[in-house]
Amino acid sequence: MTIVHGPRMLKSGASKLASAPLSAKFGISIIIIYMLAALLAPHLAPYGEAEIVAKPFEPWSAQFWLGTDSLGRDMFTRLVFGARNTLGIALMTTTLAFSIGASAGLAAATFGGWTDQILSRLIDVLMSIPQLIFALLLLSIFGTSIPTLIIVIAVLNSTPVFRLTRAVAIDAAVSDYVEAARLRGEGPIWIMTREILPNITATLVAEFGLRFCFVFLLISGLSFLGLGIQPPTADWGSMVRDSATLITYGDITPLLPAGAIALLSVAINLVVDWFLHWASGLKED
Amino acid sequence: MTPISKIISQRVALGALTLWIVSLIVFAGVQFLPGDVATELLGQSATPEAVAALRKSMGLDIPLYLRYFDWLGSILRGNFGTALANGRDIAELIKPRLFNTLFLAVSAAVISVPLALLGGIVAALYRNTFIDRAINVVTLASISVPEFFVAYILILVLAVHAGILPSLSDVDSETSVLGRLTAIALPSLTLAVVVLAHMMRMTRTSIINLLGNQYIETARLKGLPEWRVLVRHALPNALAPIATVIVLNLAYLITGVVVVEVVFVYPGLGQLIVDSVQKRDVPVVQACSLIFAATYVLLNLTADILSIIANPRLMHPK
Repeated sequence: MTIVHGPRMLKSGASKLASAPLSAKFGISIIIIYMLAALLAPHLAPYGEAEIVAKPFEPWSAQFWLGTDSLGRDMFTRLVFGARNTLGIALMTTTLAFSIGASAGLAAATFGGWTDQILSRLIDVLMSIPQLIFALLLLSIFGTSIPTLIIVIAVLNSTPVFRLTRAVAIDAAVSDYVEAARLRGEGPIWIMTREILPNITATLVAEFGLRFCFVFLLISGLSFLGLGIQPPTADWGSMVRDSATLITYGDITPLLPAGAIALLSVAINLVVDWFLHWASGLKED
Repeated sequence: MTPISKIISQRVALGALTLWIVSLIVFAGVQFLPGDVATELLGQSATPEAVAALRKSMGLDIPLYLRYFDWLGSILRGNFGTALANGRDIAELIKPRLFNTLFLAVSAAVISVPLALLGGIVAALYRNTFIDRAINVVTLASISVPEFFVAYILILVLAVHAGILPSLSDVDSETSVLGRLTAIALPSLTLAVVVLAHMMRMTRTSIINLLGNQYIETARLKGLPEWRVLVRHALPNALAPIATVIVLNLAYLITGVVVVEVVFVYPGLGQLIVDSVQKRDVPVVQACSLIFAATYVLLNLTADILSIIANPRLMHPK
């Protein structure tokens, strides 16, 4: 794996963006639109998040652009607020998963020996249980509040982050500059954060994008099952669940939140694909 | 002991260890439940004597580790206890649902595996052309799209507009085989779509990775047509990684069924676990997650062993 220096990579990033393939530009624009919707939700939405404005299941009209849901809340409003809630919670979860996974992975690579052995075996076992099932088991024990949800999903998703961080950090940990830093008498914290971390940033950034997709899909899936983000908080997964009956009448409204989930994760995948492509300098066969 | 059987027995031991730790986690989970089960069942006004008597009859006065072995022993004998919600025997509750879920997963596999192999070979044959790129795009889309999105699109197209398949998969023990097959057509199609593209892509990659080898060059120089080179010379060597990918995707199906069963209201194990999490019926969740986890661990173990057996180099150590 090619190691690219963090700051240099970011500088060349701006110029690379102009020459990015169409798919990556498309992905980036989608992500920007979603972020704007999430940030500006209260200004964009015509009604309040949980405000009941009409009868249940109103059809699409000038007043209610996408109709109303099973309780008579405006669908468009909830779609916009859904961006804020779903993305916000997924982002928090991914960040937490990364803090846990990456620091444990760095520690395992830097200290080696017993620390590495114990952490790695523990992670092996955790990863051998399917994530959704593990999440269901933990949620049935601890209940389904948003903080529990974030912690449970973050812990489950920190395991692949640990594996990846450990693998790339071990590569970096045996290099000469780390050896030089050790001989200079630097402590393990310095070695982890100032020597190893900058050299594995590219890989971690790409993994962050992919992990965000997994987390986002898992949370949406759980919400769809009625076990994730709970009403009245607007969230795309539970919106699909609540309006699902409409599909049997040929109404495509339930597909909109589902499509919003799908579009975002396709966009992130496109950007990550392109990012990995130029960060590693690999050519396709 | 030959090295290959040594490696395999190591893997089996590791799988057994994993299963044991899974059972520990599942058992320990219940101990975290807030409050005392006996007080919970009897209500706040129960006398201390009644609580103590119930604790004794439930075995809660025995030390934790003894209770664990007791619990493990009865599960190994197929006794999962009774459901909190309706007091029914969990093994009886699970049996027909496990059959339904397996039936669904197997039919999804029957649809997707041959298609994936065929598609992968076609993509390798026409690599870097329009067909290959189309398969690439579909793969990306199907990996990033939630299962329920695929499910509702299929419902909209095949059930609502075309009207050829039912959108609800209501089956019971009296449903005929034909009725069952019609009922699970849409859910198994959904699952097949979800896993198909990934398997196809991996088949393509495994075949293309071998194309740099000298025996492929020889086959080409002999003047064989390209499809023959791929099918007779490259494919047999690619079978090991392909088999691994297929088994891993089957393991993925095990969790994919949960969402799909809920969409189609199919009475399987996935539906049961979701309902039970909502009701916080922990014994049922325990039993279901044990079954799901065990199947997953066993399938992963199978993938490991397959890839070891398919590698003849391990049979003849230097």
